[in-house]
Amino acid sequence: MNNQPIIQTENLRKVYGMGDIQVAALGGVDIRIDEGEFVAVMGPSGSGKSTLMNILGCLDRPTDGRYLLAGDDVSGLNKVQLASIRNRRIGFIFQSFNLLSRTSALRNVMLPLVYKREGQLSPKAREEKAMAALEAVGLADRANHEPNEMSGGQRQRVAIARALVNDPVLVMADEPTGNLDTKTGDEIMTLLHELHGRGRTILMVTHEQYIADQTERTIVLVDGRLHTDAANGDK
Amino acid sequence: MATAQETMPGVPARANEKNDELTAVSGIISPVEILRIAWEGVVRNKVRSLLTMLGVIIGVAAVIIMIAISAGTEATIADQIEGLGTNLIFIQASFGRGGPGGGGDTGPSLVFDDTAVVESVAGVTGTAVDQTSVQNVKADGATLTDVSLMGTTTDFPSVRDVAVADGRFFNQTEVDRSAKVAVLGAGLAADLFGESNPIGQSITVGTTKLGVIGVAAEKGVVGNTDFDAMLYVPITLVFDKFTPTMFRQFAGDRVRLIYVQIEEGADMDAVIQQIQLKLAVSKGVTVDELPFTMQTQQDIIDTQGATTAAFRSLLAWVAGVSLIVGGIGIMNIMLVSVTERTREIGIRQSVGATPTDIRLQFLTEAVMLSLVGGLIGVATGVGGSILFGLTSDMRTVIVPSSILLAFGSAALVGILFGFFPANKAAQLDPIEALRHE
Ligand SMILES: Nc1ncnc2c1ncn2[C@@H]1O[C@H](COP(=O)(O)OP(=O)(O)O)[C@@H](O)[C@H]1O
Ligand SMILES: [Mg+2]
Repeated sequence: MNNQPIIQTENLRKVYGMGDIQVAALGGVDIRIDEGEFVAVMGPSGSGKSTLMNILGCLDRPTDGRYLLAGDDVSGLNKVQLASIRNRRIGFIFQSFNLLSRTSALRNVMLPLVYKREGQLSPKAREEKAMAALEAVGLADRANHEPNEMSGGQRQRVAIARALVNDPVLVMADEPTGNLDTKTGDEIMTLLHELHGRGRTILMVTHEQYIADQTERTIVLVDGRLHTDAANGDK
Repeated sequence: MATAQETMPGVPARANEKNDELTAVSGIISPVEILRIAWEGVVRNKVRSLLTMLGVIIGVAAVIIMIAISAGTEATIADQIEGLGTNLIFIQASFGRGGPGGGGDTGPSLVFDDTAVVESVAGVTGTAVDQTSVQNVKADGATLTDVSLMGTTTDFPSVRDVAVADGRFFNQTEVDRSAKVAVLGAGLAADLFGESNPIGQSITVGTTKLGVIGVAAEKGVVGNTDFDAMLYVPITLVFDKFTPTMFRQFAGDRVRLIYVQIEEGADMDAVIQQIQLKLAVSKGVTVDELPFTMQTQQDIIDTQGATTAAFRSLLAWVAGVSLIVGGIGIMNIMLVSVTERTREIGIRQSVGATPTDIRLQFLTEAVMLSLVGGLIGVATGVGGSILFGLTSDMRTVIVPSSILLAFGSAALVGILFGFFPANKAAQLDPIEALRHE
């Protein structure tokens, strides 16, 4: 069961700029990540981590190469189709939380359900599902609080609930602990481990070696290319 | 993980779904959600929303108030058709002739004795003269300046359709004897005597003491005459007491106007011709040399109507321009709002909002703002119209269809001017939008 590929790329390239000045942010990357894996992405600044995450998260399209998400080629899809894929298959966790301000935690978590087209849920079902996701991150009692009434750790947990509510095949986390103190960061990592334990596939960018060490496998990018890709030692 | 089962009951392990429809994105998000999202956008920043709506509020209120004023003017004119009295001709000295100070003028002037000539024409049922001057009036407790004093004759109430509410109008004997009697307009009576009964009291006009014998019923403003502010006295008294002696010696018993009442069903044009002929003969001039204008009530109504039409089209322009200005206001603030909310747009895109979803959200918000603005504008417009009618001497009539028109235009303005900002929002790139600070 754990050997179904979720991410498969072939010679993934991303070139920025037109004409003379061209920056190859990704210079041909081949990776495969299977269902249920927890993978860390590392690398120096400017090495292409965000570019890779944007493409794998279907926020952006590669200039060249192929990207199969859960077996389907998504490299040629248009804006609308990509939006639909993000909605159905991907959950994002950002460094800066990216919650809607002046909007309750519950409404924030409901957001992906609002933009769900196929098999649309009733408003009541949406609310119940969002509530269940908030319960899962231990914030059921904060459902009606707005982000500015919460601590950083609580905000990130709301973001995690939002990333889970649509039941995605892939959870993308771009430095999820980057804005948090060590203790809160550890709490978030505990939550991610629980998700992983439930069979989620997680791809996470981090700058901290000790955080990367908690995952099963670490990919290191340098200058837009795969530098190392190795399983972490038994933890 | 032993605790996983307990802490994550709401999140089942991912079902192995088959996603066959990658390319076909079907269905739209629920319209109720679009409305809700737009409404959240409106109330999240109330001050900004109010500023956005301000132009529309003013525009809609302007449309309603201006149409109310225009309709009020038309209603006033309609009343004048009744107020002027039926089958009335106005004889007036031509402009520049016959007025006080027209010394050296050799042409014949309009005088009191001309009424006898006019009355001798077949089809004429009555005449009244009008010689108005401005006087100071003193009563028991009150002094009023600039009161219109009208010298006239006994037929005035029937010819000009003015009823006497209290007491009586002066009679022929009093006119013949230049009796020192006065009839007060309703408003003037109230100003001078308040609640107490003016009949039998005396007032001093200039230096002459007059006895009040009657109070006219309320009639209001007809044309540019405020009947309720008038003080009526026998025309002969005006000649004796309120015309400078030198002037009278030189010009005779001049009157400003002669009102002529015509028999029901009589041929107006024929009667006018006869009057002109007889006046010309009596003055010893030809009809062409006769320096008088003869207007029928229809002429006057037509003139007023043309003025109102011009007024109305001016108002329509002003109202239209203010709605466009309101629309530009919406567009400007919506554009600022789109920039301010770039991050929000990015967040929505990251969880699956399509360009269409974003466009609809901002368009709905713009329409919602203009509709709410429209509602406030309607309230302001209706309230303003009523207030304006009460506090100014212009009349206002609220036209229900103007409310629909204004409201409809507001919605249209919202759609038209909301489109550009909504498109701008829809075209944002999700990565750029998420990175926006
Ligand atoms: N929108 C863009 N336009 C031009 N160049 C870009 C853009 N985004 C990233 N780059 C370039 O691509 C390279 C990789 O950037 P990025 O993926 O952000 O790296 P990382 O996240 O590892 O720091 C860098 O050289 C960066 O300057
Ligand atoms: Mg980066």
